[in-house]
This record gives sequence, structure tokens and C-alpha cells, in this order.
Amino acid sequence: MAHVLPAVAVTPAIAEASKRKSRVAYFLLIPGLAWLAIFFVVPLVTLFMTSLQTESVTSPGKYVPGLQLSNYTDALAEYWPQFLRSFLYAGLATGFALLIAYPLAYFIAFKAGNWRSLMLVLVVAPSFASFLLRTYAWKTILADDGPVTSTLNSLHLLPDGRILNTGIAVVAGLTYNFLPFMVLPLYASLDKIDYRLIEAGNDLYGSPQQVFRKVTWPLSLPGVVAGTLLTFIPAAGDFINAELLGSTKDKMIGNVIQTNFIEFRDYPTASALSFALMTVILVMVLSYIRRSGTEDLV
Amino acid sequence: MPEGVSRIVEDLRLANLTKQFGETKAVDNLSITIPAGSFFALLGASGCGKTTTLRMVAGLEDPSAGQVFIGDKDITELRAFQRPVNTVFQSYALFPHLDIYENVAFGLRRRGVKDVDAQVGRMLELVELASLARRKPSQLSGGQQQRVAVARALINKPDVLLLDEPLGALDLKLRRQMQIELKRIQSEVGTTFVHVTHDQEEAMTMADTVAVMNAGRIEQLGHPADVYETPHTIFVANFLGQSNLIAGKKVTSGEIVEVAAFGLGFKMPASRNVAPGMNIVVGVRPEKITVLDLHDEDKLPAAHNRIFGVVTDVSYTGVSTQYLVETPWGQTIIAFEQNSIVGDRCAVGDQVVLGWAPEHTFGLDPAEGLTSGLDKAVVELESDPEA
Amino acid sequence: MRWIRQNVIGAIAILVLLYLFLPIAVVIIFSFNNPVGKYNLSWNEFSLDAWSQICGVPGVCSSFVTSIQIGLITTTFATILGTLIAFALVRYRFRGRSSTNLLIFMPMATPEIVMGSSLLALFLNLSFPLGAVTIMIAHIMFIISFVVVAVKARLQGMDPRLEEAARDLYASPYATFRYVTFPLVLPGIIGAALLGFSLSFDDFIISFFNAGTLVTFPIYIWGAAQRGIPPQVNALASLVFMSALLIVLSAQLVAWRKRRSLATR
Repeated sequence: MAHVLPAVAVTPAIAEASKRKSRVAYFLLIPGLAWLAIFFVVPLVTLFMTSLQTESVTSPGKYVPGLQLSNYTDALAEYWPQFLRSFLYAGLATGFALLIAYPLAYFIAFKAGNWRSLMLVLVVAPSFASFLLRTYAWKTILADDGPVTSTLNSLHLLPDGRILNTGIAVVAGLTYNFLPFMVLPLYASLDKIDYRLIEAGNDLYGSPQQVFRKVTWPLSLPGVVAGTLLTFIPAAGDFINAELLGSTKDKMIGNVIQTNFIEFRDYPTASALSFALMTVILVMVLSYIRRSGTEDLV
Repeated sequence: MPEGVSRIVEDLRLANLTKQFGETKAVDNLSITIPAGSFFALLGASGCGKTTTLRMVAGLEDPSAGQVFIGDKDITELRAFQRPVNTVFQSYALFPHLDIYENVAFGLRRRGVKDVDAQVGRMLELVELASLARRKPSQLSGGQQQRVAVARALINKPDVLLLDEPLGALDLKLRRQMQIELKRIQSEVGTTFVHVTHDQEEAMTMADTVAVMNAGRIEQLGHPADVYETPHTIFVANFLGQSNLIAGKKVTSGEIVEVAAFGLGFKMPASRNVAPGMNIVVGVRPEKITVLDLHDEDKLPAAHNRIFGVVTDVSYTGVSTQYLVETPWGQTIIAFEQNSIVGDRCAVGDQVVLGWAPEHTFGLDPAEGLTSGLDKAVVELESDPEA
Repeated sequence: MRWIRQNVIGAIAILVLLYLFLPIAVVIIFSFNNPVGKYNLSWNEFSLDAWSQICGVPGVCSSFVTSIQIGLITTTFATILGTLIAFALVRYRFRGRSSTNLLIFMPMATPEIVMGSSLLALFLNLSFPLGAVTIMIAHIMFIISFVVVAVKARLQGMDPRLEEAARDLYASPYATFRYVTFPLVLPGIIGAALLGFSLSFDDFIISFFNAGTLVTFPIYIWGAAQRGIPPQVNALASLVFMSALLIVLSAQLVAWRKRRSLATR
């Protein structure tokens, strides 16, 4: 789709001159930003307010505005295992995804030649089939009498003798589902590396491992940061994998929020958990971005 | 602009044109008149303000102060699309989504001109691209794209055609060819061409007037040969071609000025000296110098200026031979010799005499420093004794 | 040994791709299954029933159509709003640029469950009836950011000299936009719209919170997962997958052909 543009260095002066200061900008911005303000920011405020509501004295089961901070402590006291498990599973899935996405992205960026764009299509293509159905398909693949489980069992690699309805299946599902979000940013930043830099590393007596550690890896860090965030954030909030592939012992915080909101209608507890989840993720993301020195990502 | 009416082409005049980017003055109080129908080259290193000047004429940049006139008409306040000025952009900026025909027709269509087809046909003939009308720009070679860019601008019969480093993206051979081509087109259409380039050879080959620009100001303006033969500043002497410069003191004034330096005397006609005071920098172009073995000194005409030294390097470059000669005071003089002499050339280590005519000597004001106009990196490298 | 070292990355890459496609293969294969009982989880026998009677199970096709309708409306709005923002960000100088960037980045850094539940909290507090409208509101909200990012990238990749050339060639600001800027950005906008549609069509978590009693295709699958997913769902999903793949691959083929014809000239 990309047009062939002549490779020219656009001087900042020209780029700036083409930018006009104008009130037109606000007309362009207002509709979209208003939408985001009303349906993203306001709901977050509402969520926070709901998380502080108290149960009505006159009509139990109804909630009225309040400042019930104990909603947070109560919710966390009850659901901290699910909270921790969410971050553990999401962290494991992110690690595994990075581990298998890196060789794939590296291959596409440097070795695929004419197959490059086809391989990129193949990375995205699984997303064209329903997320839920693909996750459901892992039920078939990992079934207790299926080939995967029986092979691993004959090698005595499975502590429970099964994969389905264990944490392993949930992590495997999470890894699978968000893998493309890891591959694409990795590919994008690897693709920007001038391959001659790697060749120069080899030429200057770097062993393949040293060249990777000192040249390739540092240059691909923006992709690593973006990829891990894009994998970790949705994985930590996911409840589909735990619901379809795990047992009741493998529930994540998403499941808890979902059931409290939609089944128990315990809005304050669900809101408190949801808000806490967002806060924790936000703090993690910001400190992670700051530490890896890629603030310009935002 | 009405079609088919031959317009009187008018001069382009810049009056006190200034452009300030923050603290720096990219263009500093520039006032020049570019005669109608001339081929004018603005020559300078990157960042000297030549492109900014061009963009202000085109209307793509608003001047901080000053005016742009075409004839008597002040066009300073006109927007780019209202000016009778067209640009051939650096790297061409051809519309990638339109074919060659539509690229060339673009300006006509925007102005609602009637006989687009005939005009585009004629213009594509002029630049010899009629057979490629339906190709996309990306399917053309660099030289062909360049001609499309010229055609796209010229078809609008502008009063002034601006060319921003139009040949910069081409390889050397193609550049030579396009230089001749552009000159042919210019003489055919008679439009004023203002050509911005950092390539001195290109500027000198193509233009009837060259303006050497430095730090937002014009250092010298004139016919290419005059500017080259009689540079008025050290910057021009160093930037346009190469020069040997020797700092000295004036001994005699009058018809012939004599300058003493390092125990030697150098003469030049007073008309070739622009230094106002007693301190004069004596300059000579390398190809004006004759290199002779010390024993053959008597072959030099008596009136010639001369320097003695030792050859430190000889490079054969085909057309000529380049000598580097070290003087007793440690300066390196560069001299070119046509490879037309019969017999032995001087070799490294030879004691030689360098001679040249007083009429080839020029005198400059030393105020700006002897390295003005030289590549900074080269200056540092040469002044570093370790290198 | 040398051969292994040189090809180990390629081998891993192919294995990872196979891993990505394994569930897809299962989805497609099981659309031809004639399941025993309710659960379409283990292979019984080959059957074309799901394909010949693709709407044979009540609710499947109506939920599918609902998702397509929601996707189309959502994409239209989100693409327009996001494109306008992208233009403002790339082409204009204005106060509040960094807060604008933050507001656009935030939805992408927020788990879907937080966005879904917070919108539900808003709608509940306002007693706003849940249904197609609330789903579309939610989808437009989270898709805008993706559109902004995609269109912005395209705009930034555009040589500003092209627009200058247009102005230089007597194009008014409107004509410059109409004949140069817009046609050049259009591929980016179309790409953003396709991405937006696929995000909307496949979204479950946010929709689930704000659907009320409305059933989209993913919500249908979620419900069916508890009581057994009929093979018709597999057939429909396979259909979507294959047509999307076909569209993308043919676009790739056209681009590849174009490049090749350039290279041979």
C-alpha cells in the first residue's frame, strides 16, 4: 500500500513551516477528544465513585454514593490471590511470548527476503478468526486424551497428569492470544536496524552472542518495551482464557470483576477491583517506560 | 495569466529580505535584482540561507522583513498558489499517486486552463518524455523524474522558475547531461531561472550570474569567470575553487601594488586588490602557477611573482598534475600543471620555483581569517600535527 | 552443524507460525465435524451439515449480522473522529498537545475489562438502557486511538514537499487537500478502518459488559461455550477468516506485482 517516496531528509525547518498554528486544529480535535473524554475519562471517574459507594440502609442490595474506603481493603483481602495470579500469569505469558516472538520477528526482519510481507500477513491472520473460538480450540488441542497431553504424560512432564483446566493451559492460552502484539512491535524495531551494524559487529570480532547482546538487543529495546506492554496489559485483564481453559483454582482478577459486576451485581467491590487493577497497571507501565528510557513511546 | 499572450518578462527584485529562525538570521537583509530572462545561480554551503531565500520567493516561507517584487509588483503578501513563480523541488516532489501527464497538467487544471491536452503534449515533447505520459513517477529513472519536475513547473509559464538543488540526486554523468539540457530549455523558453546549488562547478557551467552566499548574505555577485578570477573575499577565494593565500604587508601603492611577505615581494595590478589597509592577503589560483626545477628559474618571465620550495607530493590526475610544495615558512602551496609538457615532471623532494603573472594575483582583506570558506573538518585535520 | 546454526532461527520462526495457526486449523476442521452430543470438542465424523445449513441453529446468523452492523457503524465514526485528530496532531501547532497524546494513549494502555466495567458503571448510574447503542459508543471510544496511530503514521511518512509543490502549482488550500493530501493519506485511512472493523467485530470483553440483552457474534460464542458450540459457528468463523485472508493476500499480490513490474523496467 505504501507509495514509493523519494528518500529525502526533511529538515525540521520545512516540517515546522508546514505546520500552521490555527484554530482549525481545535475543530479537528474536539469531536474525537470529546468522545474520549465523555466515554473514557468520565466512566473512569464514575468507576472510582462507584467503588466508594455504600450499601443503602433502607433498601439492601441498592448502593448509594459514599466514601466507603473499606470496599478496597475488603475486596483486596478477599481476592488478593486472584490479583497476584493475574500478574503472575500475565508476566509468564509475556515472557514466553517474548521468547518465541523474538526469533520469528528477527527472521522476518533479516532473513525472510521476499517472504517478508507474506510472513507478516501470516502473523496477523490468526486474529481474523474469532478470539473466543481460537481459545476454545485449545480445549480440543489440549484435551486429556489428545496427542499433546498424552505425549507430555508419557515423558512424565505434567505434575497433574493433564493440561486442560490447569494454570499451564491458561498461560499457554494467554501466550498464544497476545503473541501477534509481541511480534509486530519487535519486527518494527528490528526492521529499523541497519543490518550493516550487525555486520560491523561481526567484522569487529564480536561472536554471534556478543553481537546480539551488544548490538541487536539494545537497538531492538523500543520494540521489546512496546511488545511486552501490549502483551502484558491485555493479558492481566483477561478472563476468557481462565474461564475457558482453567479450573476454578485458576481464576484471574478479570473473572472476579466480571462475576461481581454482572452476576452478583456487587458494583462497589467490582469497581474497586477494576480501579485497583488499572492503577497498578498504570504505575507499572509508567515506571517500566521510565526505566527502559523509552518515554518517547507515548 | 491569459494564455497565448506573450507577456513581458520582468525582473525579480529582493529588497532587504530577512528571515529569522529564533536567534539565527538565515537570510540577512538581502537586496538583489535578478534581470529578466537570466540564468541566476545562488551558490553556497548548506545552511547559508540559499534555500530559505528561494522558499521566500516561492511563497513557501514568510519573510521576517523585506519585500519580493516582480517588476514593480510587490508579491510579498501573495500566497504560494497566487504567485507567478514555480519551483523545481529538491528530489522533485512529484505526486506519486498521479501519472506523468497529470503531474504536468496539475497547475493548468488548478487554474482552469482550457487546452490542457495540447499544452501538456507540447511540454512533454520539450522535455522528451511524450512516450512516458501514462507512467507513474516511481516507474521513471532519476533523470526522467527531473525532467518531469521541470516540465510540471514550466508549463505554467511562470515569470520566474526556481530550482532547488535540482540535480543533487543524480549521478555525475547524468548531472552533466541535465546541466546542458536545462540550459537548452532555458534559452528556448526565456524564463528567468533562479538556481540554488552547493555545487560550484554546476553554478559556473550553467549560470550567467553567480551569487556566492554565506551566513545569510551575498559575498560576491557577478559573471562566473569574473567571480572566479577576481574573488573579493577570502570566503569566495576558498569556497569557489581553490586558492593559495599568503598574508603580507603593502610596500608600494600606485598602478602596481607590491606586497611583502616572508622576505618575498608579490606584485599585482591595483585594480585586483580589494584590501582597504596595509595588511593584504595575496592570492593565486593553483592552475595559474608554473612549477619549474630550481635550475630552470631563468625560464620564468622576470616580472613573475615567485616562491621557492620543496615538492612534498605529486598526484597525477589525468588532465593535470597536482603538486604540493612546502615553502621555507612551512606553508603548503598547491599548483596544477596541464599534462602537456614534454619531458620529466618534478618529483617529490625536488627544489622548485613557483611562478605566476602579477595579472593572476589578487589582493584580499585579511579580516575574516585565512580559513574562511574552507571545510572546517579539513582545516582541523590539516592544522593537527599528529594527523 | 553449520547448517543447523544457520537455519535454527528459520526453523523456530516456522514452528511459531505453525503454533499460531494450530487453533485455526482446529476451528476449520471442526466445522466439518458431526459432533456427538452438544460439545464440538472431539472428532466424530465428516459432515457438510454446518456449511449447507450455516444458519441452521437459531441465533447464530442474527448475532453474526448484528456484529457486522455494529462493526460498520462503529468503524465509520471512529475512522472519521480518529482521522481528524491525526490531522490536527501532524499538521497543526496547538496548546495541549501532550495531554491530547496522553488521552489517545490511555485507552490503549488500559485493560479492556476496566474500560468495559467503567462504561457499565456510567451507564448504570445514568440508567441508560444497554444495547446496540452502548456497544457502539464503547467500540468507537476504544477504536479511535488505533485509528489515530495508523493515520498519524501515514501522515508523518508523507513528504511535506508534496503539499508545497501543490501550493506552488496554484492549488488553493482546499485543492491541495482534495488532490494531493487526501489521496495520499487514503491508504492509511482505509487500513485504519479495516483494523477498526476487525477490532469491533471480534471484541468480546467490552461488548459483554455493555450489551444488556443484545447478542453479538462473540457474545453468542461465549454463551454457546457453556452449552456446546455448534459447528455452524466454526463454519462462520472460518468464512470470516478465509475472506479476510483472501482480501489481504490479494492486496499483497497487487503490491508485489507492482514492485516486480517496476524492478523489470
